[in-house]
Amino acid sequence: MSETMQTRREWLLTERPASRLQARLGRAYLTWRRFTANKLAVVGLLIILALCLVAALADVLAPHSPYIGDLANSRLLFPDANHWLGTDGQGRDILSRLIYGSRLTLQVVVLVAIIAAPIGLLVGTVAGYAGGWVDAVLMRITDIFLAFPKLVLALAFVAALGPGIGNAIIAIAITSWPPYARIARAETLTVRNSDYIAAVQLMGASPTRIVLRHIMPLCVSSLIVRVTLDMAGIILTAAGLGFLGLGAQPPLPEWGAMIAAGRLFILDQWWVAAAPGFAILIVSLGFNLLGDGLRDALDPRGGSQ
Amino acid sequence: MSNTQTRAEAKRESGRASARAAAIARFVVIVVTTYLGLLAVTFFIGRVIPIDPVLAIVGDRAPAHVVERTRIEMGLNLPYYQQFFLYVKGALQGDFGTSVLTTNPVMSDIRRVFPATMELASLGTIIGALFGIPLGVLAAVKRGSIVDQIVRIIGLVGYSVPIFWLGLLGLLVFYARLRWTAGPGRIDVVFEYTFTPITGFYLLDSILHRDWAAFRDIFAHIILPASLLGYFSLAYISRMTRSFMLNELQQEYIVAARAKGLSETRIIWGHALRNAAVPLVTVIALSYANLLEGSVLTETVFAWPGLGLYITNSLQNADMNAVLGGTLVIGSVFIALNLFSDLLYRVLDPRTRIR
Repeated sequence: MSETMQTRREWLLTERPASRLQARLGRAYLTWRRFTANKLAVVGLLIILALCLVAALADVLAPHSPYIGDLANSRLLFPDANHWLGTDGQGRDILSRLIYGSRLTLQVVVLVAIIAAPIGLLVGTVAGYAGGWVDAVLMRITDIFLAFPKLVLALAFVAALGPGIGNAIIAIAITSWPPYARIARAETLTVRNSDYIAAVQLMGASPTRIVLRHIMPLCVSSLIVRVTLDMAGIILTAAGLGFLGLGAQPPLPEWGAMIAAGRLFILDQWWVAAAPGFAILIVSLGFNLLGDGLRDALDPRGGSQ
Repeated sequence: MSNTQTRAEAKRESGRASARAAAIARFVVIVVTTYLGLLAVTFFIGRVIPIDPVLAIVGDRAPAHVVERTRIEMGLNLPYYQQFFLYVKGALQGDFGTSVLTTNPVMSDIRRVFPATMELASLGTIIGALFGIPLGVLAAVKRGSIVDQIVRIIGLVGYSVPIFWLGLLGLLVFYARLRWTAGPGRIDVVFEYTFTPITGFYLLDSILHRDWAAFRDIFAHIILPASLLGYFSLAYISRMTRSFMLNELQQEYIVAARAKGLSETRIIWGHALRNAAVPLVTVIALSYANLLEGSVLTETVFAWPGLGLYITNSLQNADMNAVLGGTLVIGSVFIALNLFSDLLYRVLDPRTRIR
């Protein structure tokens, strides 16, 4: 058993990989070793995996319905054996609502990431590769969005679009892409004048092809790190919008909106607001730890501080 | 010989002057385009809203000719670029329209509520810097020790916790249970009619009045939300202080100071921190800007009558002029602080000056 592990490791770490696949796996293995050397980063990864698992298995895990409570008998119950985290103002089980709420949280971060990251990537790589006035104009626009305080801009957008979780996601995505554009541009500028780009140009590749096939893939890893680090901020902004009544609407079990509902009972039934806030704290902590770990693992130069 | 030398010098001097002029011109372009962009964004938001600004004023039972006349009076029949021009012109004169909710001009509303936000954010920044800098220095000096770990965890939690939730818990513990602080609001009703603001900064005003009972009450109200904001600024400031200090402690002048036999205290606080202070000042300015944003949620929790509460109240009543006016003001201050910190860095650090 351990012997096969040993040979496998040797195969991965060999100086002369026999195939592209072997080389790639070897690099991935090294990155993984650097990542797992950081205990806190592993904790972060476990938290995020747990979040995904809970979201996927919500139907199985939740002991009660997240929407229907017993108004007559089980309003604002203190945590007990039946309701582990107590019940809210409408007699609904808080634990079940938290479990279903994880789906909304995951939905927000995933959708914001897949809307904002490609926009930033496109703007940044095009600006960096084209240069000249295209670069100047695109970066000016980026700076303008960067100059806005994120939450306030998201507030204004949601106010215009109308409250709701879909609009909150759009508003957060609109305010999230500028840093990605900056990063993608910086990466593009470093590879733009390298020999392999000149070689592809000589072979007659169009600028579109160069940007899409030869520049964008190189920006992806630093972008992933940045997006992961931003996830905590995205969750907090979404929760803030939910708290102000502008995000997910009742009866959706969104964590920020749950805190807003629990605010009414904060002085006497504090657990109603405490539980969802704690869930937000844990999940954003997980993303922060994971992001820090990824940064250190993928970029061993700058991560030591 | 000397003639050619002075000519060369004059040439260099004029080159330096034109480089400086170019830098100033670039700076002006950045300021102007950023502000125009800000206005364009709020203008755009104001136009996409599903609420008809005419109906919001005249009501939905107004006869058609009144609606039409108001539309023309408000300039909404004009093409968009002319509307935008009028909007920019109005904004430059401080005219953001009238609030539907308070029926006052938005600008006078903002002028009334803004000092409350400034007072809160200022006190928060002071608390954050007062605790954040020493913590960051300690973490850097004792790198890898338990102190460093604790500072890191304090910072991580600060980056991860929802501010409004922490505020609610703070109210629960320090106001409801321990009775150490006062509850929501800025000042007790007892003082509502006897206390006349001068500057709008209540702490300062009560000192100017020598009204110590009011001072105590105001302090009891502000300390909880200000500490909360202070914690967030501490998380940021301590992290940055740590990394700046680590950078300074590796420099050769530190070795020289040690070789000279200076005490470790003197080296850390007198030499290293002094050099780290330059980027730190800009960090503090940025953290002040971030607190203005954080105040939106904090003010809602603490019923603090500042700009943040004004915006959220207006939001709930679909009062778009007020929302956009508030957004614009916070955005402007944010931009101004960013530019200010940038300039400050250039002034304080001679290496960034153009030679």
